[in-house]
Amino acid sequence: MKPGTRLKSAACDTEVMVIRCAASAIECGGTPMGEAKPADEASLCADHSNGTLMGKRYVDADNTYEVLCVKPGKGSLSVDGIALATKEAKPLPASD
Amino acid sequence: MNIALLLEMAADAAPDRVALVCEGKRWTYSDLLAAARGAFEIIHESGAEYVALLDESSEASLIALFGAALAGVPYCPLNYRLPDTDLAALLERISPALVIGDEERVERIAAGQGHMVYSRELFTLKAQESWPASGEREYDPGEGIAVQLFTSGTTAAPKAAILRHSNLLGYILGTVEFASADEADAALVVVPPYHIAGISALLSSTYANRRIVMLPAFEPEAWLELVKEEKITNAFVVPTMMARIIEKMEKGVSAELSSLRSIAYGGGKMPLEIIQKALSMLPDTNFTNSYGLTETSSTIALLGPEEHRAAISSDDPKVRARLTSLGLPLPTVEIEIRGEDGVVQPAGELGEIYVRGEQVSGEYKGKSALDAEGWFPTRDAGYMDEDGYLFLSGRADDVIVRGGENMSPGEIEDVVLTHPDVADACATAIPSVEWGDAVGLAIVTRKGCDQPCEDEVRKLVRERLRSSRVPEKIVFVDALPYNEMGKLLRRMVKDVLVD
Repeated sequence: MKPGTRLKSAACDTEVMVIRCAASAIECGGTPMGEAKPADEASLCADHSNGTLMGKRYVDADNTYEVLCVKPGKGSLSVDGIALATKEAKPLPASD
Repeated sequence: MNIALLLEMAADAAPDRVALVCEGKRWTYSDLLAAARGAFEIIHESGAEYVALLDESSEASLIALFGAALAGVPYCPLNYRLPDTDLAALLERISPALVIGDEERVERIAAGQGHMVYSRELFTLKAQESWPASGEREYDPGEGIAVQLFTSGTTAAPKAAILRHSNLLGYILGTVEFASADEADAALVVVPPYHIAGISALLSSTYANRRIVMLPAFEPEAWLELVKEEKITNAFVVPTMMARIIEKMEKGVSAELSSLRSIAYGGGKMPLEIIQKALSMLPDTNFTNSYGLTETSSTIALLGPEEHRAAISSDDPKVRARLTSLGLPLPTVEIEIRGEDGVVQPAGELGEIYVRGEQVSGEYKGKSALDAEGWFPTRDAGYMDEDGYLFLSGRADDVIVRGGENMSPGEIEDVVLTHPDVADACATAIPSVEWGDAVGLAIVTRKGCDQPCEDEVRKLVRERLRSSRVPEKIVFVDALPYNEMGKLLRRMVKDVLVD
């Protein structure tokens, strides 16, 4: 896994693009995400089912992991079981 | 990550929304994505090392930008206003390229350089026809160069500035909220395609799902007409365009600008008089001054709408002065002012503007201009006030060093421009045996006014600044030379003064 890798959720429709990462796997719906979708869909863990929003960036507390959601789904994102939080863009007043 | 992702996501979220309007033709996001994928087929098969555009803005510039990105080939829009010899030299540097646009000209000036040339119409048509093709495609992962722009070369030969996918995406993801535009929003794009502001306008509007309306050749009447017709909500102009629009409106040309929520400007120094007029003529419009360079993927500092209003309505000279500032650095970049010794300058002291951040490429073909800590020396001279507002004084090479004292031409010009009979002014260094540099000044007299007396101008500078700033030589000229982006060509003024 490296920046630019596209990951798919095993438990829902979510897809993310990796912006920053380290050794741990990115999870969605409580299950590690992969470059391919598994044949059998994993079940959605209730603790990780707040959903993902298209176009949102998600980060961990240390800014070690960052992904961009490119397809939304029902699962929510985590690393080592700890939920990732959304990172807001700091919108410019349409400067260009 | 590849910048084509921006278009893919836009087309995913709003496939049928109008993405682009150009010369009466309307394109949806899914139309454009299909054409970009078609362009990939053409570019991939061609074996070209660059995709060049020698044309005004059109749907082809957007299709070529994203098509080249998908193919992993740098997109290199060229300045069609360059003289033949200069343009031929640039084409030679990117050979073999797939060139879109002025076929006749490429044949005439660059025959034998090995380019493949398409007219705008043929390229667009083929791009539309080449998709859908059978089978899965391996698109470029976007680890390399997305865009190569030749700098305007006002001081030296054009440099090939390199913007990687990561620089451009860093800028867009950090400053634009995905799909944040309303369906009624529309951005009027009038900067040429070879300018960084033209590239970032396409990328940010695409990601915001904001309709782009292109005006390929700027004329103030056509601009006003399009604002009315397409109910434009956002526009970016360079200062000379703003001046011409204001002039027309003052002459009573019909203008219906009620849809226009915001106007951003940049690319050159905005005369105080023009922005003051604009603010009073369009009190409900939000004005933003944005400052950036090719090497920084566009904007790195800006003066926002509230700051414009605060400045114009303030009695505090410090706050009023901010109308001529570049505003504050973006939260996603760091900016420092450094002296010649490399030491960070205290507030108010002139030095060179340094910038660091993800969007800052600072890279030219074959070498990086970043220092070991990732800072990019912009070669722009400026200072910061005590609250962090950034002021631009000109290019670092334009700083006048008189007897070891650094002076900014802009500081002198701002004072001279307060003289009621002065329409425009340019201060520049002229050689002096005694001081190293001395101040030279070129003045354009305001129409209908008498030429101001030289001693009066000197007195004005002495009273408002210091005696060291007083111009040694003053010449009166009919007009100052600007390039098409509104950049003052100081070198040419210097030639006149030194003569």
